[in-house]
Amino acid sequence: MTQLPGLLDVEAIRKDFPILDRQVHDGQKLVYLDNAATSQKPRQVLDALSEYYERYNANVHRGVHVLAEEATALYEGARDKVAAFINAPSRDEVIFTKNASESLNLVANMLGWADEPYRVDAETEIVITEMEHHSNIVPWQLLAQRTGAKLKWFGLTDDGRLDLSNIDEIITEKTKIVSFVLVSNILGTVNPVEAIVRRAQEVGALVCIDASQAAPHMPLDVQALQADFVAFTGHKMCGPTGIGVLWGRQELLEDLPPFLGGGEMIETVSMHSSTYAPAPHKFEAGTPPIAQAVGLGAAIDYLNSIGMDKILAHEHALTEYAVRKLNEVPDLRIIGPTTAEDRGAAISFTLGDIHPHDVGQVLDEQGIAVRVGHHCARPVCLRYGIPATTRASFYLYSTPAEIDALVEGLEHVRNFFG
Amino acid sequence: MKLDSMYQEVILDHYKHPHGRGLRDGDAEVHHVNPTCGDEITLRVKYDGTTVEDVSYEGQGCSISQASASVLNELLVGKDLSDAQQIQETFLELMQSKGRIEPDDAMEEVLEDAVAFAGVSKYPARVKCALLSWMAWKDATAQALGGADAERKTA
Repeated sequence: MTQLPGLLDVEAIRKDFPILDRQVHDGQKLVYLDNAATSQKPRQVLDALSEYYERYNANVHRGVHVLAEEATALYEGARDKVAAFINAPSRDEVIFTKNASESLNLVANMLGWADEPYRVDAETEIVITEMEHHSNIVPWQLLAQRTGAKLKWFGLTDDGRLDLSNIDEIITEKTKIVSFVLVSNILGTVNPVEAIVRRAQEVGALVCIDASQAAPHMPLDVQALQADFVAFTGHKMCGPTGIGVLWGRQELLEDLPPFLGGGEMIETVSMHSSTYAPAPHKFEAGTPPIAQAVGLGAAIDYLNSIGMDKILAHEHALTEYAVRKLNEVPDLRIIGPTTAEDRGAAISFTLGDIHPHDVGQVLDEQGIAVRVGHHCARPVCLRYGIPATTRASFYLYSTPAEIDALVEGLEHVRNFFG
Repeated sequence: MKLDSMYQEVILDHYKHPHGRGLRDGDAEVHHVNPTCGDEITLRVKYDGTTVEDVSYEGQGCSISQASASVLNELLVGKDLSDAQQIQETFLELMQSKGRIEPDDAMEEVLEDAVAFAGVSKYPARVKCALLSWMAWKDATAQALGGADAERKTA
């Protein structure tokens, strides 16, 4: 097996993930390279989920009985784990949502209904980038349409990075919010947070960061980022589906209005009007995803037991290896940075004029799972003049041998359609 | 190998040497997309009375979607509308069969080259690729010949 400096003890880690032993298509070993879409779940998370339902299941914050209190303690305990994981100054800054899309929609709706000085209206501007996932485009388009605000975009350079050359024209005194992705799900690019945050702070704009592809793969420190909001999802970081996080600065969460109304988010309700619970509960209407939050807490324990810095080093080593090997494949064009520098472990590419659907189908036949399509980032495909890409993405359990399998698989694709 | 059941030689032939590709004069034009994968087609139909005089198209997509458009052109151009509709409905039935229909002689007579897509029906993610141009044709035809029940996007 190929040895690279920085690799984790993958053999031990893979034992924690039962699904990785699966065979597909009559005995092909599964090579799971679709981690940017969702990660697999370790036994520790699966056990936490079933243990929750077998022993503690109750609604939270509502009962005085034992189960209700234990379930509440577990749910709120998960919030503590998330807060520590992202170095939040306060646990009350951690809002549970169902996914990153909901987190980003929540921010857009808070600002749409807010009073001054946060209010987004026809006189103001919203800034996003051309490499955003649709979940960080459409909520802002909706907000812009509803308020008359102007939506502005950072463009991309030919090598897959943000073009910040006109940053002073893009982010202006009119800008209310700048929302951008920390690590691109399609290009793999790691964006220069500091330069953008500095300019946003100069003009008094809020900053929202989509950390969906960062939280699973590297240490995340919301205080170091200096953003106002950070969104991510649980299922890409070994947690279950149905649980996402929005972190927001406390004074903003106090000032900004709620979006969804219902149980749990209130203080008192009369027929005339209601008052609201303090954050984070103000933003968590209805019965929350309790088991999923507990599962996310277990996922965080799991990732911490390995170490986020070690996971980052492992993926960086794999990415360097993958970029090198993929660059050797004839007719293969990486869409995004072609080196491992400032780059995450999601690598998109085209293969001659073979459509990514066909690439993915032939790879699947060999047990290799990749994502094909526009990856919910269609503006990127338009920018680079391609209909779609094939994307391989790695995680803490990925191996150099799986990258070799991908490269061999691509050779087979070329022969099949050649 | 199972892949060969999807990528029949006939399909790959149509993919590499498409029939009737390119946009020409038409009575109606539609643009359909498959949002899950980004396949797109712009398709025009031209009628001479109830005869399909031309189906022209331009698009981008995988081998299955491109070959399917080529087969459609080959099969439907020159046919009377009612025959063309029967072919379209038979093709739809085959594609929605989840691999359970083994085309018989009667079906083969109606569908000709299009029976090669039987294997694709086993792959749920690819059925929409095969149907993209056919749904576009149905939509364009409805628009060209009255349009009252014109259907919108397939996906």
